[in-house]
Amino acid sequence: MEILWLLGVPLCGGILLALFGHKHWAHELNTLMSLATFIAAVVLTVRIVNGGPMTAFSEQFFIDSFNVFLVALTAFVGFTTALFSRAYMRIEQHHGKLSANMLRLYHSMYQLFTFTMLLALTTNNMGILWVAMEAATLTTVLLVSLYRTPASLEAAWKYFILCGVGIAQALFGTILLYFAAEKLLGAGGNALLWTHLNEVKGHLEPTVLSLAFVFLLVGYGTKVGLAPLHNWLPDAHAEGPTPVSAVLSGLLLNVALYAVVRSKVLVDGALGSHLAGNLMMGFGLFSVVVAAFFLSRQKDVKRMFAYSSIEHMGLMTFAFGMGGAVATFAALLHMTVHSLTKSAIFFTVGHAAQKMGSQLIENIRGLIDTNPTIGWGLMLGSLAILGMPPFGVFASEFLIITTAMHEHPWATPFLLVALGVAFAAIFTRVQEMVFGETTGQRLPHPPALIPVFVHLALVLLLGLYIPPYLADWYRQAARLIG
Amino acid sequence: MATFTGQLINFLAALLLLIAFAMLSQRRILSLIHLFAWQGFILALSTTVVAYSTHQPHLYYSAFLTLVLKAFLLPWILHRLIIRLNIKWDVETMINVPTTMLVGIALVIFAFNLAAPISQLADTITRSTLGIAMASVLLSFLMMITRHKAVAQVVGFLAMENGLFFAATSATYGMPMVVELGIALDVLVGTFIFGIFFFQIRETFDSLDIKNLEKLKED
Repeated sequence: MEILWLLGVPLCGGILLALFGHKHWAHELNTLMSLATFIAAVVLTVRIVNGGPMTAFSEQFFIDSFNVFLVALTAFVGFTTALFSRAYMRIEQHHGKLSANMLRLYHSMYQLFTFTMLLALTTNNMGILWVAMEAATLTTVLLVSLYRTPASLEAAWKYFILCGVGIAQALFGTILLYFAAEKLLGAGGNALLWTHLNEVKGHLEPTVLSLAFVFLLVGYGTKVGLAPLHNWLPDAHAEGPTPVSAVLSGLLLNVALYAVVRSKVLVDGALGSHLAGNLMMGFGLFSVVVAAFFLSRQKDVKRMFAYSSIEHMGLMTFAFGMGGAVATFAALLHMTVHSLTKSAIFFTVGHAAQKMGSQLIENIRGLIDTNPTIGWGLMLGSLAILGMPPFGVFASEFLIITTAMHEHPWATPFLLVALGVAFAAIFTRVQEMVFGETTGQRLPHPPALIPVFVHLALVLLLGLYIPPYLADWYRQAARLIG
Repeated sequence: MATFTGQLINFLAALLLLIAFAMLSQRRILSLIHLFAWQGFILALSTTVVAYSTHQPHLYYSAFLTLVLKAFLLPWILHRLIIRLNIKWDVETMINVPTTMLVGIALVIFAFNLAAPISQLADTITRSTLGIAMASVLLSFLMMITRHKAVAQVVGFLAMENGLFFAATSATYGMPMVVELGIALDVLVGTFIFGIFFFQIRETFDSLDIKNLEKLKED
């Protein structure tokens, strides 16, 4: 029942806002819909925490401790981003960048995007998971090109083609998975249900499954932004409206990684070897290193933080690849804190760029003078994402690196060098942007900074103290993933 | 009877491979769309034959869906688009068609090698066509890489989806119906969005050449 609410609200929101998305109260309606989705997610979470994993609608939906925490996170960030978008889009309207139709499209697609994310997370069917991931691309691609500038069109086209081709590989992987499953579970809809597959995973044909995993990893990995399949990511993040960058970075990448991890659980069971983990570690480590070195060459602030997302997604993929209780725990924690921190950074960056009328780092100066809250938000957010204690990112990165030292010592120098390069690159640039002389203009509408500080406070809290039920929850999920 | 239908399926699969090569070398946008429609038609036909010979009723539905969507609706949308965009008679200049064909042949050999272990495990009558399905996926991929016109890239993209559909029928007699419907919906919505894109790109750049879309580079 909760699932019906969880999926129904954003779907209805998408339809309602397609009709009324251009009205002056559409911003509030969008926020309200996201709030309702968030409440449904909280109710669902409470139920799972008390009652354990559940399936619904003849097993088509499946919620366990792994995806329920992502559902809660997705709905929460979806809601805070809607709050931010309310102020941000008002200012954009004021600057004359948006027509009524664009606004309608934006609001409707924002809700539908939330719907596809939640569908991908809650579905039990690996085929529907694929359909939802593809639909997530479809809903965001027109948002990336919302401003119709040459650069944004190029970014959207690249995003569409690269993710489309990538996700086609994942479809082939899914076909292979079905091919292996059908022999054990019989033809028909149930052979792709994850819970059923999980029960028989030890008997699935290993050759087929290893081939299937390669395709699934490449396919969903394109959406995670793993190097060398990451080319679409910086462009899409830089050219779309900032709320879209925030949800892409904070939510879409997580959900794509979720799809990879779900597949890994099945493949590990079938193979009994560490092939899937090794592949993920390789891709993850490569992404961390590549992203760190690209970071230092960026001139556009949103591109810079997009590369930082690639770096962090690589780190999570690496940690999931290592496996084991501690590394998986750290990866789950890192998913949470990265989502919260990165979306908070995009909120501040969005307002800063509006203030200065440019996204180029060299044009953004002296934020602390013109608007101290934006300046401090950006500074604290960057310190958090760079893994400074006492923020939560420090805790998860520390756990990942110490585990890597124990189990895969060869990887540690690469990780440390990459994190160091990223630190130097981001910190110097953020310092220039926050301090210095400035000529910023006043914003025509008050910026939304509450979400920024709520996110950062949560990240700080997770760094200092993880509530026992949350830790328990992560541990349960880690046991599930293995 | 079984051998006859088996032969027929192999024959249709060979036709699909032929069409994939023809698409690779076709310069006219309009002919490309016709080839795409034929591909959809043969795909529907071969699915029907598989459905008939294996008595899988749900395959009739998916054959029907393929026929409506891929042989008529999508080509029709693309056709309307190129008329509206006034590029019906466009001819693309392609360099090195012979080299592309040679690369294509190499891809086919690679696809057959990759498919061999899976085909051996399959017990469907269509298992020998799995190599062809993978080859058409890879050939469509090659087509997307070598083309510079947006419409040709999209046709390549849709042809790749056709190849994947064929792979699903040859390896497993088709995916579960709910998944197939979802995929069909995604493809349909995707084609509409591509259509919107064509107009946006044309409006901004006065041409549908993808070369205009290579400005965002790392510096």
